Amino acid sequence: MNGEPKLAVATPKIRFRDPQIEMAHGAGGKASRRLIEGLFVPLLYEPSTDFLADAAHVTIGGARVAVTTDAFVVKPLRFPGGSIGELAINGTVNDLAVSGAKAEEIVVTFILEAGLSTGVLEAEVRAMAGAAEKAGVRIASGDTKVVEHGKADQMYITTTGLGRILPGLMMNPRSVRPGDRILLSGPIGDHGITILLARGELDLAADLSSDTRSVFPMVDALVAAAGSGVRWMRDPTRGGVATSLNELARDSSLGVVLHEDAIPMRDEVRGACELLGLDPLHIANEGQFLAIVSQECAEDALHAVQEIPGGSDACLIGEIREQPAGAVLVTTRYGGSRIVDMLVGDPLPRIC
Amino acid sequence: MKYVDEFRNPELISKTAEEIRRLVDPQRHYRIMEVCGGHTHAIYRFGLKDILPANIDLIHGPGCPVCVLPMGRIDDGLSIAAKSDVIFAAFGDMMRVPGTQGSPLEHKARGLDIRIVYSPTDAIKLARTNPDKHVMFFAIGFETTAPSTALTLMRAKAEGLKNFSVFCNHVTIIPAIRAILDSPDMRLDGFIGPGHCSTVIGCRPYEWIAKNEAKPIVVCGFEPLDLLQSIVMLLRQMRNGEAKVENQYKRVVPWEGNGAALRAMGEVFQLRPYFEWRGLGFISQSALRIRDTYADWDAEQRFSIPGIRVTDPKAAQCGEVLKGVLKPAQCKLFGRECTPENPVGALMVSTEGSCAAYYNYEHRKGNLVSLTATA
Repeated sequence: MNGEPKLAVATPKIRFRDPQIEMAHGAGGKASRRLIEGLFVPLLYEPSTDFLADAAHVTIGGARVAVTTDAFVVKPLRFPGGSIGELAINGTVNDLAVSGAKAEEIVVTFILEAGLSTGVLEAEVRAMAGAAEKAGVRIASGDTKVVEHGKADQMYITTTGLGRILPGLMMNPRSVRPGDRILLSGPIGDHGITILLARGELDLAADLSSDTRSVFPMVDALVAAAGSGVRWMRDPTRGGVATSLNELARDSSLGVVLHEDAIPMRDEVRGACELLGLDPLHIANEGQFLAIVSQECAEDALHAVQEIPGGSDACLIGEIREQPAGAVLVTTRYGGSRIVDMLVGDPLPRIC
Repeated sequence: MKYVDEFRNPELISKTAEEIRRLVDPQRHYRIMEVCGGHTHAIYRFGLKDILPANIDLIHGPGCPVCVLPMGRIDDGLSIAAKSDVIFAAFGDMMRVPGTQGSPLEHKARGLDIRIVYSPTDAIKLARTNPDKHVMFFAIGFETTAPSTALTLMRAKAEGLKNFSVFCNHVTIIPAIRAILDSPDMRLDGFIGPGHCSTVIGCRPYEWIAKNEAKPIVVCGFEPLDLLQSIVMLLRQMRNGEAKVENQYKRVVPWEGNGAALRAMGEVFQLRPYFEWRGLGFISQSALRIRDTYADWDAEQRFSIPGIRVTDPKAAQCGEVLKGVLKPAQCKLFGRECTPENPVGALMVSTEGSCAAYYNYEHRKGNLVSLTATA
């Protein structure tokens, strides 16, 4: 979105034909993509040819900075391992991190429902302050809005983050090559399954907590070790690993091949997914990232991430191939394989 | 994970696959139907087609309850949901099944109170916690889920719960298999028998398939090794010219079924004289209705139901796919007008539907078998 501000000219091609907004449009999967590409992009973003990402690198007065914005509507507000306040900071930090930037300043908006207890609000503000301190970011400004009781579910938070771009990175789906390796920072599915269980609608319990954390220290180590060998990064939040990698497959027109038994996952997550018929590759994460790293750099990059506290479970889970072009293929231990698509529908609304 | 990993053991799987290759007559073509949608899903999810010889053709059967439910029943259920003060509760896989005016999920977005439950007892909980609302549970499924609906109704009656009812769409598996076998364009060599359903009905109800139709049937579990073992058992029978009922899923399925579950079903349900199946048409004595002794909890008796009948879109060939006459990708709409996101036919909606399973896991693989073999 660089360059001169553009007047709305001609007739942008609006392809979004869904008659109404459904929960699935916010789930990060296919419907979200359709909404963004079919309505938002033609009216707000074109004629940019950049790939859509969670953060943008913009030039202001000659200085390049990274910018991102995010909204948090998780239900319940608190869950094992975290709360909406921590998510708001870590989610913003992570969107910047996987764009190759260190978060520096965050501005925050609180949308509060009349009747929200001050204790609940204070706890979340404290959680934000703690997470911000841990991640080394400053809360620069903010806004507060209150809506009538019943018009919001306790509280929502929106953030905008500004970050300093790490030097030496050239990330782009088009720079991804067959033979590149796929690095994953740790076990998948903890956040999504924790939220699902925390809602208490299922009579299931497991000793599991959200993985919410800043991934920047790991990203920083990865970039230091592999530099321009890092081709692409993403934090697999809503829609999970499968959705992020499907976007990559589509944007690069290459095949993403995952080895099922290489993908780290806690038994609790696997068990819950088996019981509920969910694919762990579709479950949201809040403290993991995926990176495509050139074959030559892959081992060094992996070791660098594993050295960072919290990075010991990082591993290489697959590679890029020519085929199946535009799709993600998972191979099983016994020689079978299956295509894994983006998330369709929304099994788990309001996950972050 | 215990009780799962044992049945995904790569060594045993490759040994069993080897056994299958030994048993197969290369001159012969084998057409085996897996009746149950759970098996269809497992076959694609685990990529089992990649490890089976090319002359074994797995035909997907009618055992996906969401897929065989006619669209009119969804409209009927939603007409009750549209009444004020009604909460419509259903399993998650019902949520995106299209009715003529949209799916339950689309109705929810328009403001109807529609909730996903994981068990009918959750619907009872909803009724208890919402005493000023009426909770209607949209019940679907074969004998697998019918007992839990029956027990739920028995509990509702015992509690005298006034604000709860069930819209019953339960169907039975045997008449569906019979309809498949009666279909003139159907040539099958054997059946992979349903696993979950048989935990309730046992293996005895399949004996006529072996005796009268001379087709082997093996009741089967849902892990990769279960499916491959069952195929071995079927191939052995075929090689020996036998046709009998065998139980591969002994760790779960008792030969005589589950007496308590069958008694609960008998207490609450009776057979309908006939019922419409999507793709198969009307089949006599193939579905369950709620007995008059439970009329107060029967949504069909409590509310006036429009009794909507909807013919499937002409271009969609769900019936042929459902009967195994066509492969999912051979349908004219497959992957174009009809996708999991915008399903035209119900086979594309449920993860157990053969079209959705094929679309999600298989159709973009192309000729990648050699690729995966080297992985």
